[in-house]
Amino acid sequence: MSAIARHLSSRAFWRGVGSIVIFLVLWEIGSRSKQWMAPEFFAPFKDVLGSMGFKKDYLPWIGAVPAPSGVLKSWVAVLGQPGYWQSWYMSFFRVMGGFFAAMLIGIPFGLALAVSRVAHGIGFPVFEVLRPIPPLAWVPASIIFWPTQESAITFITFLGAFYTIVINVLGGARSIDVRYFQAAQSMGSSSWDIFRRVVLPGTLPSIVVGSAVGMGITWEVVVAAEMISGGGSQSAGTGGGLGFFIWNSYVGGSYEQIVVGMISIGIAGFVSSELLRWGGRFVTPWLKVR
Amino acid sequence: MRRPPAASTRGHIRIEDVVKVYDPEGAAVLAVDHCSLEIEPGEICMIVGPSGCGKTTLLNAIAGFHEITSGRIVMDGEVLCSTERPQSTPGPDRIVVFQNGALFPWKSNLENVIFGPVMQGKLARKEAIDKGRAMMSDAGLSGVEHNYPGEVSSGMRRRVEIVRALMNDPKVLLLDEPYRALDSLTKSVMHEALLEIYYKNKVTIFFITHDLEEAIFLGHRVAIMTTRPCKPKKVLNVDIPHPRDYSVLTSKRFRELIEETNDAVHEEALKAFQAGEKEG
Repeated sequence: MSAIARHLSSRAFWRGVGSIVIFLVLWEIGSRSKQWMAPEFFAPFKDVLGSMGFKKDYLPWIGAVPAPSGVLKSWVAVLGQPGYWQSWYMSFFRVMGGFFAAMLIGIPFGLALAVSRVAHGIGFPVFEVLRPIPPLAWVPASIIFWPTQESAITFITFLGAFYTIVINVLGGARSIDVRYFQAAQSMGSSSWDIFRRVVLPGTLPSIVVGSAVGMGITWEVVVAAEMISGGGSQSAGTGGGLGFFIWNSYVGGSYEQIVVGMISIGIAGFVSSELLRWGGRFVTPWLKVR
Repeated sequence: MRRPPAASTRGHIRIEDVVKVYDPEGAAVLAVDHCSLEIEPGEICMIVGPSGCGKTTLLNAIAGFHEITSGRIVMDGEVLCSTERPQSTPGPDRIVVFQNGALFPWKSNLENVIFGPVMQGKLARKEAIDKGRAMMSDAGLSGVEHNYPGEVSSGMRRRVEIVRALMNDPKVLLLDEPYRALDSLTKSVMHEALLEIYYKNKVTIFFITHDLEEAIFLGHRVAIMTTRPCKPKKVLNVDIPHPRDYSVLTSKRFRELIEETNDAVHEEALKAFQAGEKEG
């Protein structure tokens, strides 16, 4: 039996499918509830709900959300628009740009902090002072600082991943068992050999974990940054990133599209994490045996 | 009556009057107290004592992982460490096989095995691979060359680690309770495997354990150590001829030797236990 066939015939798979279907059905029912439940259904609670600030003729929360059927319709419509794909492209571009910059700078920086007392003494205090500042707090400053809107957003996504990667690399390198160093030293390794053959592979699992967490943060950050900064230089409708797509749908009153944007980001995040996990398994083959 | 155990001339170790005081935050703890011990070339010397008695401190001093406070350790006429130069430099002539194993998990078994000679530039990679394969197959490790250490049983991992150590052509093998985590069945298999490897590669073995049976089964001599501070309390010559196999375990002489030493070991274990109670 092939892997896919086994997957399709497994109980866990169908349980998962069932759970999603039930969720969608409940959502659909909830959304439509305002048409056939109100107002008699809510009459007894009218005053209570009213005092809480809710409109009184449909289920609070769910009733206001567009139904999945509507979302699907809107999604199909949007699939043909280049602006939607442009948004995908832009968000991915920013996320990857910021993320790879964070890896490129964060991994060597974290390793340097771990292996060199001097580097740690100089670099770590500044790092620790800057680290608690949430990336989104950097939005105004980086818009002023960076020449283009685009570079400002990429910089903010960079920050999102950078701190996590550095902290993980530093922690990972420091937690390598001292026996590995002792063994390598006994067997005649130079400092460079120890760095290359013990520190680097010993830190790789932490680099993978740090990157996976960092990737999640970049997606959170890029969406917020796009909303705040107005999606870069793109004008409305031609695509300014998925975050801007959501914001634009909200402003334009297309509530179905808001949800389309949300789900799109979910998919984008999932795809990036999977890619990363796959890459992680590839570079740390010894871990899959456990 | 000390028999020269093997036709080996390397790996003669003299531990002379070694003292080790640990000084964490001013509270001086005497771990090793004027300990002297001589180990003949090619001898299997078993160091027996309760956990935490300071045996590992001695091993670390020989290996060059820790300093000594005073005294000196000499190997084949070369002073490894002394009061003046308290820490020796770790080197391939003294290889440690660690309690929980220190095979690099990110390298295949074969890559682990060839690590030493390749690092030292003693063998080209290809030669090292040939030698590594041969030694692994000698040790019954054919077929797991390309597995990661995490993919094989813990008994096999220990054997791989011993092969890795021997690939460095060490003068002395320092084993720090290598079979502690193994179940007793695996352990007895491992003991025979170790002896088999030893008979093929006569090397001095400094073997730390808290298991008296293991010590008497494997060793030419068994040094029973006092607990904190650590020094030899009784040194036993095991006059059972090598090569040995597991039938030794049921022999009369083996039982007699156990009886002869059991009290001394038990006494120290009790002391260590009581000291632990006090600290706890």
